[in-house]
Amino acid sequence: MAGPLGKDLLGLAPLSADQIRLVLDTAVPFREISERAIKKVPTLRGATIVNLFFEASTRTRISFEFAEKRLSADTVNVASAGSSVSKGETLVDTARNLEAMKIDMVVVRHGGSGAAKFLAERIESNVVNAGDGTNEHPTQGLLDMLTLRDRFGDLAGKRICIVGDVLHSRVARSNIWGLTKLGAQVAVCGPRSLLPNAIEQMGVTVFNRIEEAIEWADALNVLRLQLERMQAGYIPSLREYNRVFGVTSARLEKASRDLLILHPGPMNRGVEIDSDVADGPHSVILDQVTNGVAVRMAVLYLLAGGKPELAEAAKKGVA
Amino acid sequence: MAYPIGSRDLLIRGGRIIDPSQGLDAVGDVLLRNGIVEACGGTISTPDGAEILDASGLVVAPGFIDVHVHLREPGREDVETVASGAHSAVAGGITAVCCMPNTKPVTDNQAVVGFVKQKAEQAGYARVYPYGAISVGQKGETLAEMAEMVAAGAVAFSDDGRPVESAQLMRSALEYARAFNVPIAEHCEDMTLARGGSMNEGIMSAKLGLKGIPAEAEEIYVIRDILLAKRTGGHIHMCHLSTKGSVELVRWGKERGINVTAEVCSHHISLTEDAVDGYNTNAKMNPPLRTAEDIEALQQGLADGTIDLLVTDHAPHHYDEKEREFADAPNGIVGLETALAVNTTYLLHTGILTLPQIVDAMSCKQAKIFHLPGGTLARGGIADVTIFDPNRQWSCDPKAFKSKGRNTPYGGHTFTGQARYTIVAGRVVYTA
Ligand SMILES: [Zn+2]
Ligand SMILES: [Zn+2]
Repeated sequence: MAGPLGKDLLGLAPLSADQIRLVLDTAVPFREISERAIKKVPTLRGATIVNLFFEASTRTRISFEFAEKRLSADTVNVASAGSSVSKGETLVDTARNLEAMKIDMVVVRHGGSGAAKFLAERIESNVVNAGDGTNEHPTQGLLDMLTLRDRFGDLAGKRICIVGDVLHSRVARSNIWGLTKLGAQVAVCGPRSLLPNAIEQMGVTVFNRIEEAIEWADALNVLRLQLERMQAGYIPSLREYNRVFGVTSARLEKASRDLLILHPGPMNRGVEIDSDVADGPHSVILDQVTNGVAVRMAVLYLLAGGKPELAEAAKKGVA
Repeated sequence: MAYPIGSRDLLIRGGRIIDPSQGLDAVGDVLLRNGIVEACGGTISTPDGAEILDASGLVVAPGFIDVHVHLREPGREDVETVASGAHSAVAGGITAVCCMPNTKPVTDNQAVVGFVKQKAEQAGYARVYPYGAISVGQKGETLAEMAEMVAAGAVAFSDDGRPVESAQLMRSALEYARAFNVPIAEHCEDMTLARGGSMNEGIMSAKLGLKGIPAEAEEIYVIRDILLAKRTGGHIHMCHLSTKGSVELVRWGKERGINVTAEVCSHHISLTEDAVDGYNTNAKMNPPLRTAEDIEALQQGLADGTIDLLVTDHAPHHYDEKEREFADAPNGIVGLETALAVNTTYLLHTGILTLPQIVDAMSCKQAKIFHLPGGTLARGGIADVTIFDPNRQWSCDPKAFKSKGRNTPYGGHTFTGQARYTIVAGRVVYTA
């Protein structure tokens, strides 16, 4: 089945600006379903969806599950603690098994960059990338964009700075692809050892100092710092990271204007972000979580062949 | 057991003989007898009972040699055997190969060297000259028994597949090997920089979210080994160079008279990192495909002689080993059957190298640098000949490979240039 997004959602790099807008527009009516007493419409009744998580991610998996259930799909969760390799089954074997089970959609999270694409090329089912290695996490990118759009309206010309470990971040890549397509200005800020060498060639500005980034930006998307980056020798210590790159209220107060604070979660409070910022007035972190379910509902709906112009009717349960 | 020799005289008539070893580029005949070159050049009258091969319109060259291939036997006979690899070689016009010792068990003793040689003689396609490992088990700890391996037929030493991480061990290897006049071939890769990387570090790795291998991972070892060769007087041979910086460092070493030679793979002079886009595991190799700037420098290095040899780093894999997520897929491509075509298409028809330069880099210099038989059509030399058509167009179909491997980034590519007859010891072993 192929709707206006094509067969799969593998990333924001392959999508056009119009396709991205379409998902965001479609997510808006779906968001209201979650506000109701009975949070369910029959839109995907009879569809079977497998959530295939080779890598643990409670947040993303739960968000997808809510989205699926609110659309009345039948879901199965397959989790694999280690990698597929350690179990002796390759991704291609997994693909063949899924294909044989005649399911409609697969939501896949995997530690290897390109794994979602790999799977999508080998099965008929629609594939949604729920994060592949350090490549992309498109639904996270879309929910970030929806959150920003809620506050800013049109994103053209808006200045968004991604802060932290861009090198290992699939969220950062999806943000860069998606935001630049909608005309936003994108910057990154973090220790140089955690920024890809050639990042400027992707059309983004690089700030070496968080103070400069704060002065420049309309919004900061603060990435989670994996604690093992210190052991791996990328940064000296978490303490120093917080002191140099931490998003703190003291730093934000010095800024000449207010800016929006996003974080994909889960947060290391006191490392990349301070608690008073995370819970403060400029944080839209909980809006991101709400928007996550809506965006995922929109993606599943559109991939299943749902018509964008009927999204409003689908919300009422009649289409 | 000896290598099979052609039973009748073979007269190769009317081809364009290109043999830089004798400064020869002229239309003429070549006569092969009893496995050696009986006469070369001019018009030769047909001996009684001789087989005649009409080479008009074709190039007649001393048999191509490839000093860098992986044959997988012993250990992974499902992927390639000495016989299938030697068959693959002649299908690409290559009459002799040197095979790397990263087999299972590692070729680090005279028994395995002898085993590989024996398998090759039984197969009877290309000649096979084994490498021995520099260190026992390629573990980088202690020197392997080089003298014994040389006596059993090893022609060079390498721990290819991995670098020799200890500078002290590399120094010892260069010093020890001097007595046997064999090169020490290094796979240049600083693992502290490269580990976990699966492609070139640059804009493409940033876009794809793959850990990159920076050019410096290679260059640090290139300069280290050149300095060790300077210290020891040993012969260091640089395997599969891939970066502009490496070319500049080798040039620096050669200008100072240091005993350094270097090779480049056909894929590194023809494809950029862009071939990896879409997570194409057939474009995954180590060292990785680099940038257009690197390609230009490597081509220039070949043209001015800084880089001596064109090799393949032939590395067959079972198809399902490449059928996986990019970072976990094995490195390497099937190279023997496309090398000549890649070289003529990307170096000859683009005006970067002349035909004599290509023959020199694929044959004469290989024999000279590795002290191998062949690399010449001079009277008395071994009767290994490659006859090719530099202008013949063909389309690459991996299913037709003689190698057991199918992993190539060139599937469906149209090439200009193809081997037509491959002759080993006076016997035609392959015809296209
Ligand atoms: Zn190597
Ligand atoms: Zn190799």
